[in-house]
Parts: sequence; C-alpha cells; structure tokens
Amino acid sequence: MADISVSVNKVDNDEKVSGRALYVNDFLDKDYLYAKTIRSKHAKAVIKSITKPKLPKGYYYVDYHDIPGKNFVKIITEDMPVFVESEINYYGEPIMLVVGPDNNVIKKIEAEIVVEYDILEPLFEYKNSVIHYHFTKGDIKKAFDNPDKIIGYDYDTGYQEQLYIEPQGILGYNEGDKVTLVGSIQCPYYVKNAVMSILDTGEDDVRVIQSVVGGAFGGKEEFPSLTACQLAVAVHKIKQPIKLIYDREEDMEVTTKRHPSKIRLEAAIKNNEIVGIKSIVGLDAGAYIGLSGVVLSRALIASSGAYTIDSLEVDGDVFIIKTVPNGAFRGFGAPQMLFAIEMFIHHIAKDLKLDPLEMRLKYLAKQKDQTSTQGMFRDPIIMNDMITKAMDMSNYKEKIEQYQKKDVYKGIGMSWFLHGCGFTGSGESKHINAVVKLKKDVENKVHILIAAVDMGQGVKTTMKKIVSNVLDIPIDDVIYNNPDTDFVPDSGPTVASRTIMIVGGLVARAALELKNKWVADTELIVTERYVQPKYIKWDEEHFIGDAYPAYSWGVNIVEVEVSKVTYQVNVVGSWSVYDVGKAIDERIIIGQADGGQLQGIGYGYLELMRHKDGRIEHKNVTDYIIPTSVDTPPMETVLMDNPYPLGPYGAKGAGELTLVGGAPAVALAIEQAINRKVNSIPMTPEKIMELVHYGKD
Amino acid sequence: MAKIKFTLNNKEVIIDHNPNARLLDILREKFMFTGVKEGCGEGECGACAVLINGEIVNSCMVPLGNVMGKEVLTIEGYSETKSFEVIKEAYSSEGAVQCGFCTPGMMIASEALLRKNPHPTDQEIRDGISGNLCRCTGYNMIIKAIKSAADKGEGLW
Repeated sequence: MADISVSVNKVDNDEKVSGRALYVNDFLDKDYLYAKTIRSKHAKAVIKSITKPKLPKGYYYVDYHDIPGKNFVKIITEDMPVFVESEINYYGEPIMLVVGPDNNVIKKIEAEIVVEYDILEPLFEYKNSVIHYHFTKGDIKKAFDNPDKIIGYDYDTGYQEQLYIEPQGILGYNEGDKVTLVGSIQCPYYVKNAVMSILDTGEDDVRVIQSVVGGAFGGKEEFPSLTACQLAVAVHKIKQPIKLIYDREEDMEVTTKRHPSKIRLEAAIKNNEIVGIKSIVGLDAGAYIGLSGVVLSRALIASSGAYTIDSLEVDGDVFIIKTVPNGAFRGFGAPQMLFAIEMFIHHIAKDLKLDPLEMRLKYLAKQKDQTSTQGMFRDPIIMNDMITKAMDMSNYKEKIEQYQKKDVYKGIGMSWFLHGCGFTGSGESKHINAVVKLKKDVENKVHILIAAVDMGQGVKTTMKKIVSNVLDIPIDDVIYNNPDTDFVPDSGPTVASRTIMIVGGLVARAALELKNKWVADTELIVTERYVQPKYIKWDEEHFIGDAYPAYSWGVNIVEVEVSKVTYQVNVVGSWSVYDVGKAIDERIIIGQADGGQLQGIGYGYLELMRHKDGRIEHKNVTDYIIPTSVDTPPMETVLMDNPYPLGPYGAKGAGELTLVGGAPAVALAIEQAINRKVNSIPMTPEKIMELVHYGKD
Repeated sequence: MAKIKFTLNNKEVIIDHNPNARLLDILREKFMFTGVKEGCGEGECGACAVLINGEIVNSCMVPLGNVMGKEVLTIEGYSETKSFEVIKEAYSSEGAVQCGFCTPGMMIASEALLRKNPHPTDQEIRDGISGNLCRCTGYNMIIKAIKSAADKGEGLW
C-alpha cells in the first residue's frame, strides 16, 4: 500500500469549485424569514426604556422575555446573556431580534426602535481581573537571588480578526416539536448543548446540522452558540423557518477576536546564563469570560516557548473590559506568548552581546527535558535537523550577516516554536470523552460517524483516507457526511489541533476493529471511546504535569525589506519546516502550512484592529487589511517525519502550529531591518517610523 | 420597477424588478445561482465575482439596471465550459481549494486572467487575482494551479 502521506484529490473539491456546495445562506429550500439583531449603542449603560413601533403582520420581536430557559450562553461560565435584560456591557451587545419576511421592512422597523439608556463610564484598562493563574517550576527564588543582572521587557499584541470569507450564519426551523439548526459552525455539540439549555429542553428536542463552512479559524468555535440560542428562541416562538446571517460589518464589529495581550518577561542572568524567567501575562477578554481562561492556560504554558528554562514563575490574568468579547482563534493564546518569548530571547542575547543563535541552541528543548509545567517531552525532538534544514533553504547565515550592516533596511528573522496537541490538561478525559462510530452497511460502504467539521482543513479527505487505508477499501466506499447530531455521537469539538490526532486516532482504532469483525453484506457498527494514556497526569489547580499528550514543532524564517521612505514592509521570502508527526496527506498539510503561515505573518505586521471608546474601528476589509496574493511571498515548506506512537499513522496536531511562528519571524526580520528592538505587533509603518526615530537597538 | 433583459449563463432572461437592486442578490435569490457568494458586500473580496461581457466584476457593486442587454456569466454557467474543466483539474491537483467560499470567485478571476493573458508569469498571476481574498490557502497553491492550467489548456484561451 502507498505511503499514507501521498496526496489525493480532496473529496469535496468538485462541489466547491463548481459553486454547488451549500453554505448556510445558500439554502433556499424553505420560505425563510430573516432575523436582524438590534444592538446597544453604548459600551456600558443600563437600558431605561425601549419604544418599539407597532409591527406589520408577519413581523415579530424576540427578546429575553421569550427565553424558556435561563438567559445565558452555555460556554463555561454563566456570565454572557443571550439577550440583554437591562445591563449593557459592550457596544453592539444584542438586545433583541426583529424577524420578518422582508429585509427592507426590517430595516425600517429597526430605525424606528428607540432605546433610552442611563450611560455609565466604561472601563477599558487592564484592571478588573476575573481569573488569575500562578505556577512555578524549579527554584525561582534561588534563580532570582542576587543575579548578575535582571533583564526585563514588555510586549504587547493587538486584536486579530479571523476573517473567514463566509460571515457567520445560522438557520433554523421546526421538525414537529424539535428545533433544527443548520449553521456555519465548528462544534455541533457545543451548539446543541447551548440550545438545549436556552430552550430548557431535552436532547431529543434539538438537532444541529453543519452546513459547508466557509472558513472558521476558531471564529466559529464558541461564537455560534450565541446566535444559535437567539435563533432557537425565535424559531421556538414564531414556529417558522428563520435565517440569521451577518453581513461583513456586523460580523467584524460584534464577533469574537484574538485576545489582545500585555506580557512582561524578566530573566535572571548569572554568568551570562539564563537561570530563571518570570512571565506575567494579561489577556483582554472583552466584556465576558467566554473561553478566556482556557486561552490564558495555553498562553501561560507556552511561557518558555521551544526552550527549556530550569526555573519559571508564571502569572496570568484575564481582564474584563467593556468591549466585544474575545474568543477562540487558531493558536489560542500561544501566538501571543510565542511572539513575546521569541523576541525576548533575542533581546536578552543582544543585551548580553551574545550570538542569539548560539544562545538559543543552548536552551532549545530536548527529548526527556522537563516542560514548563514539570511534565516531560517524552517523544523525540528533531528541531536541530529542522533548524539546519530551514537555514539551508533560506540561506539564513549569509543573509543575516549581510543585512547586519546599517541602512540596508533588509532583514531575516527565524522563529522556533511548539504547539501542544489536543486540549490543555485533562480536557480530553475530564470534559470531552470523545466517542466515534463506524458503520458498515449491507452494501459494504463504511460511514464515518463523528462530529468533526470540515471547514477547509480537509478532514473529510484525511478521515476517509485513514479508514480506507486501514480497511484496504477504495476511498469512494467510505462515506462522511457533514455532522448531524441526530446521527453522529459527540466526538468533541473541531478545535485545539485535536481532530486528526485524537478523533482520527479513535477512527483508525475503530477501523481496525471493523476489519477484524468484517463480515460481508451485513450491517456492523463499532464504537470507540477516548482513553487517556495512563502516564499522563495533570494537576489542574497547580499546573503540574503533562499539559498535552504530544507536541508539534516548527521553524519559520521570514525575509523582509522595509521602505526607507514609507516604512512599508515587503515580505520577500518565507521558509518553514514542521514536525507534525506524520502527514496524513502531504498537500493538505502544506496547504495548512501556507495559510497558517500567512495568517501568522499578517498578525505580525499588517492586521491592525483597534477599538475607540469600545467600538471596533476596523470593521470591514477596506479598513482591516489581510494579505492579498500580492502581499504574499513564495513559500517553501518541508515536512519532517517524526511519527507519534499514539497518533493515527504517527500523526500529531497541525492546524494551529502553522500560525504560531509567523508573527515572531516577521517581527525579528523587521527588527533586523531597522536595527531597533521590536516589542509589539502588528508592526505597522507608523510604529516602525516611531522606532526608527526613538527606538533602542 | 423596470423590465431588465439580459443574457444570463447563455440564456436570455427578463426580470421585472427594482433596477437599483444589487445584481448579487438577484443572481442568488431570483435565479438561485448561489455559487455567487457574498463575502464583504463592498467590492473588496471578490467572492461575488462574475463575468459581464467577458470582464470580471464584483456583482455586489453592480445595480441590476446596469446589465441591461449584457451577457452575465456566473460560476454555474462557467462550469459548463471546457476551460472550467481544465482550471478545475488544476485547482484539485494543486490543492488550491480549502473552505471553498472564495473559490467560485477565484475561478472566475482565473478565467478572466487567462483570457487576457494565456501565459502569465507568477507575478502577473499574483496581480490578476489580487482582487480576490482567500484566508485559507496563502494563495501559492492557487497560483500554481493557474500556472498549470495555462500549460495544460494551451490553445483554449
């Protein structure tokens, strides 16, 4: 049999290329009513009164009075309401829906609704901490006792918008007493559980189906639970099919984004050695907690990046701020931290007048080293080979020497990074408990029954490949429809770089079991459940143990030119080497790598989003710039095999890893080009100009 | 309201409608051509691209009245052509499709480019598709696909 990494054509190419694929707004099968959200116009206020016009026939208001259950979105904490009752916590917070057959009439009704507020003073500073985590490793007291020097720097990172090209959308209708929702979502069971809670109903009364998803990147992880709850309440009340589709501006103004962060790093130095690091991380959660605690965990655990530092002290806070809530985005806290630690290690080397490469190699993590949380890197780490490969491909040594000259305004930067695969800590065993099923029908076709969503990352193809390879049957005999909670078990959400490693691992095991039981022309069903490897121990309270079952690794090198006149950055080259264990399909992984790398680079120098008085200023693709084909350099990517014993065919996580190293690589390249220390992203021309004039080298 | 007559995917159509309506909405809602996607609604992302008299245009920026007497080709009509088959194969074998939401517009942009320039360089391809945003692929596989289509479809454009 061929090596599984050999690429095949993706199974959903044809329907997508021809325009036949049905995204949520493409369903025209019913007479859908439209829903529009009425939102707050203040960042902090109390609603005094709402004056609503009398509705024409066939139009409806839906607000918190219509909610059968408890008014909150079931994510982790019970803090965010589905509809505001009186207290406003961010600009754009949903108050109610107007529902009806004609969008133009809905707009007129919206214009006539008058909301009166008691306006209050909003807090936009990092002051109101709602979650605090602290942990240490080694002997941090001793490390910071009488060092030769303490080197400390502050780093900050901005918002990043997922900017999936298909905006958020969900539709719903009744099937008997059941409420059925179809949407552009990553996590069918997150949506189902949230809707069961808001409707105060049982699991047989809610059905969730995934439509084709036009990009997600984390943006369709927990956010759709909010819109699904609103729509479910509307369908429950009105008993007609309804669509809730955002346009781009609404999407950018009110949906979750990557958490801005402020990170303080301090290193104790003795004899030119880093003996300990203190990491203090603040995340801006926006108005509600959402997933911020989990994002913070991942950021904190990444405090020492791809390095082994013997002593650490890590502190982190989630701050509530009166802005749109932030949430999941590919990387989930790691991109912020990896930016900070990669810059910091260079800044330490510069201050100590040491060669950064030599210093970094000294601390680079090795197999059997202790992780930041006193767990162990159990599996082989092949970073030395990866670094050598990336440096050869990019001609790094020659370029870094050449660009060292002042006034060249060219630079090359290299980032090293890792990404923990799967949920942080005991998430898989404690909260998810994934279940997968395979069904062989009487025609000997094998159906993959899982809740994992193909959002472009190719899991329909890779899962089918795994099953067809294990069973040695043609890929066309494997069927994998978009998940429908009436038919698939809860294999967990499509997040955290877990889908291939965890769910795919279970699917491979189920396929093997099916192979052993195989009897032609009869129906067979096999079920597999997740079991945590015994050696993995995690103390959630103290952050002690193995935070992840496995780690993927990467090296990015980015080359830039900076204009001496406009300070515009031109990215001229990008080289990457990744260890994702084993690629289930090489071209799919390289596609992930190209796209992730570009998002990471964009995060580092281009993608600027800010709020003014709590209102997002960059709310369309004219104001918020993502890279176009012209901004993108040619990319050279190499995958190195390093099979992980528990992954299917040796595969580890890949989806998020490829984004994590882009920002530090481009920031380091800019740092070299302008010969100034870079401490914040995105590194826009304005910031570069400021650094050139007032920055430190 | 006005009667607007035009050619849509090689068929003559007449629609009695507000001439200021967005062509995008008419194509999707009145003619059910939902392969034409709305990504931004302001002419920036290219997901709603169609060919009007052979020129690439973002249909979210076009009032219906403007296509009176013109030829409009959406992805649905384009997918019945031979050059579509060539570009489709190239997109598949180069891995140019991920979430697929930008893909119909990107296909239209590829066709528009190759009609003007059957043998584009990499840089000309980058310029040619710069009006179409993709957030998944990093563009390079799309560029390779267009290059490969230009080779394989020699003589079609």
